[in-house]
Parts: sequence; C-alpha cells; structure tokens
Amino acid sequence: MFARIALLVLRKDVAIEVRSREILYTTLFFAVSCVLVFAFALVREGQVAEDVPAGILWIAIAFAGTLALGRTFERERYGETIRALLLAPAPRSAIFVGKMLGVVALLVVAEVLLVPIVALMFDAGGLFARPILFAGLLAAGTIGFSAVGTLFAAMLMRSRTRDVLLPILLYPITVPVIIAGVRGTAALLQPAPDEAMAEMWLGILVSFDIVFVTLALWTFEPLMTE
Amino acid sequence: MIPDFDRVSLKGIARHYGRRRALSGITLTVHGGEIVGLLGPNGAGKSTLIGVLATLVAPSSGELRFGGLSPREAAVRGRIGLLAHELHLYGELTAHENLAFFAGLYGLDPGAAVGAALERAGLSERAHDEVASFSRGMRQRLALERALLHRPRLLLLDEPFTGLDDAAVGFVVDRLRRLAADGCIIVVATHDLDVADGLVTRVALIRGGRLVSDEPAGAGLRARYRSLVGHA
Repeated sequence: MFARIALLVLRKDVAIEVRSREILYTTLFFAVSCVLVFAFALVREGQVAEDVPAGILWIAIAFAGTLALGRTFERERYGETIRALLLAPAPRSAIFVGKMLGVVALLVVAEVLLVPIVALMFDAGGLFARPILFAGLLAAGTIGFSAVGTLFAAMLMRSRTRDVLLPILLYPITVPVIIAGVRGTAALLQPAPDEAMAEMWLGILVSFDIVFVTLALWTFEPLMTE
Repeated sequence: MIPDFDRVSLKGIARHYGRRRALSGITLTVHGGEIVGLLGPNGAGKSTLIGVLATLVAPSSGELRFGGLSPREAAVRGRIGLLAHELHLYGELTAHENLAFFAGLYGLDPGAAVGAALERAGLSERAHDEVASFSRGMRQRLALERALLHRPRLLLLDEPFTGLDDAAVGFVVDRLRRLAADGCIIVVATHDLDVADGLVTRVALIRGGRLVSDEPAGAGLRARYRSLVGHA
C-alpha cells in the first residue's frame, strides 16, 4: 500500500513534468548558468583551487533543488490538489515519499548534466575516477536535501512569503548535508583520491539521511493538518 | 471492511486562527439523505466548517464524529468526497489520467471506475484531452465525478455553482438529488440562495463563525436569510 501510493504520486509528478517540462528546463538552465558564472569568476588561466569544483557542484545542486522544490508544490497549490491528496485514505507519509522521490528524480537529471560540465569547466576529471563512491555521495546528499526540502516546501505552501522563507529555512538545516557532500567530493578530487575520507563522509551523509527522512515522515502528517 | 456511518455530528466545534475566531460553538448533526445548505455571507466560516468536516482542518475545540467513528481514523477519509471552488484537478493531465490517479489513491480499479465516471460526466469523448483545455462547466462535471469516484458517504461541496451556466448547474443539482436519494449525506456551502432554494432539504445559517439558525428548508428562504444574516 505504502509503496504503491508513493509510486503513484511519483508517476503522476513525472507525467506532468514530461508534458510541461516546466520545472526541468528552468532547473537545468539555472543550474548550468550557476556553474558557468562560477567558472568564469574562479578559473584563472586554467587553474582553480583544489576544493572549488566540489563546492560549485554542491552549490549548484542546492540552488537548483530549491527552485525545483518551490515549483513542485506550487503545482499542488494551484488547483488545491494537495487537499485532494491529503483527503485520500492513503498514508500521508506515502504521499510525502512520492513527492520527495519526484524532487530526487529532478535533481538526478540535473546532476547527470552538471557533473560533466563541472568536470569540464574546472578540469575535475577526478569526479569520474571513483564513480560508485561519487554516485553514492551524490545519491545520499540528494536524498537528505530532498527530504528536508520537501517537508519545508509542503509546510510553506500556504504561506504568502514561501519563496523567501523556503531558502531561509532550508539552507541552515541542510548545511550539514552540503558540507558532507562537498568534503566527500573534495576527497575524491585530490591528486591522490582519499577514498577512506570519502567513505567517512558518505557514512555521515547516510546518517543524516536516516535522521532527516525519519523526522520528515514523522512530522509530515501533523504539519499538513491546517 | 470499509467503515461506514449514517450521520455526521459536530458538538461545540470551534476553530481559532491566532486571535481570530473562524468558528465558534457549532453543534450540528446531518443524517444520510439530507442535503444541508450552509448559507452565510463571505467570511462567515462556511469554508472552514467544510474543512473541519473533511478532516483537513483540525478544530481548536469540540467533537466531530462520523457515526461512531473518530475523524482520526484514516479510513474515514475514504468515505468523504470534497468538491471545492478550486477543482482539485491537474490541468496538465487528461481527464482519464486525473480520474485514474485518484482512483489509484482510493485503491479502486481504474479500469472500471474511470470509464463509468467519464460516462456520467458526459466527457467520454474528451477523455484523453488535457483538463486545462476544458471549459469551467466541463471541469466542474469532471471534478464532481472525481469527488464521487469512491462512492463517498459524506459529500462536501464548497461553492460548487460558481461560474456555472444554467445547464451545468442543472447537471450538478440533478446529480446531488440522486445521491441524496441513495442515502448520501450532502453538505453544500454556498451564498447562492437561488440554487440553494430548490436543492437543500435543510438550511444552516452561519454568521461570524456561529450557527444562527438550523431548520428545514421551505418557502421564504430569502426572507429568513435577510432577517438573520443581512442582505440576501
């Protein structure tokens, strides 16, 4: 039941996005623009400080994610469809998971585009040296960010100042996720990739994910009751 | 087994938003087969009361019961249908996709439920068109069938006639009468006295968040409304 409802909500969001491509295009355009601006500002004669590519990648993911989160729930607010979702006898936590997976899917598409661009613009070919470890860092970071983001975006849906409040609330809470993602990625980008360090940061990210997803599942239902 | 109930009871329901009192001391029982018109001016608290009945708005105090069932039971939500002014439809999806999605949420077999609902809404030929391309009347018919997809025992309608032409109003009114005859509990919040006059079997007048009158519908609704609420 739980998985069926979560997948139903995810499939619905994907179907809407495939048809409108509204969030995907704006998110990708914003993410790529962000990386290009940093590349022009920070790369001098082909040289860039060692940890910069990791920072730029995660900043672009966080900014793009914030944009996607706002738009995803704007869609539910427009026709008040969120009320119809909440009225269904389905577990509300499954609806949360479905919405969260939709955001994760959007960010995965953005990451597929962003990683090669960052590697190219910042001469960071090391991103592909340990692909499984790097994919693990990206996946864990994306899930943690999306869990907190989905909860806050849903909470703020009825607030008139939601566009301002979302980043204000989201970034301080997700700073640990972004720091862990940056440090883990930076460990892989060193001339001699530090796998042990990257694995440690991956472990920390997974711990954050467990805490954030559990808290979000626990608080979604009471927070969504008006 | 899907839980069922034959009445909805509110006892001393109040809802505050900060210091603003949206509802105060609402006591009301609605039985199966009744069509209760919640009438009152804008801001009277009708939509808040509909939200409370839909279990989407938690009362600050008071008790809400669905027969012997508590609103906290998730299965109770499976017996409630809601149609509001915002139609709870995804404009980017087709009529068929919208109904199939909601049928899935209610654990229904979309194959059987969706075709019949489209037929009743008179939209079989537009089943695969995006809802955004529909007229207001078509969307309203689709939204009503979406709300009825799971055969709710309690049907809540919040200003369901806004923006509809006479034919569309006639369609909705006819459908509601048939549902009431089948034992559905229907609560309609509206300030359209003309439509309410021939439809509702009971009138609950709300003003300032308080229930000021609860009586069977009959002749002279407009005069009663004017004397209790103000302009009709």
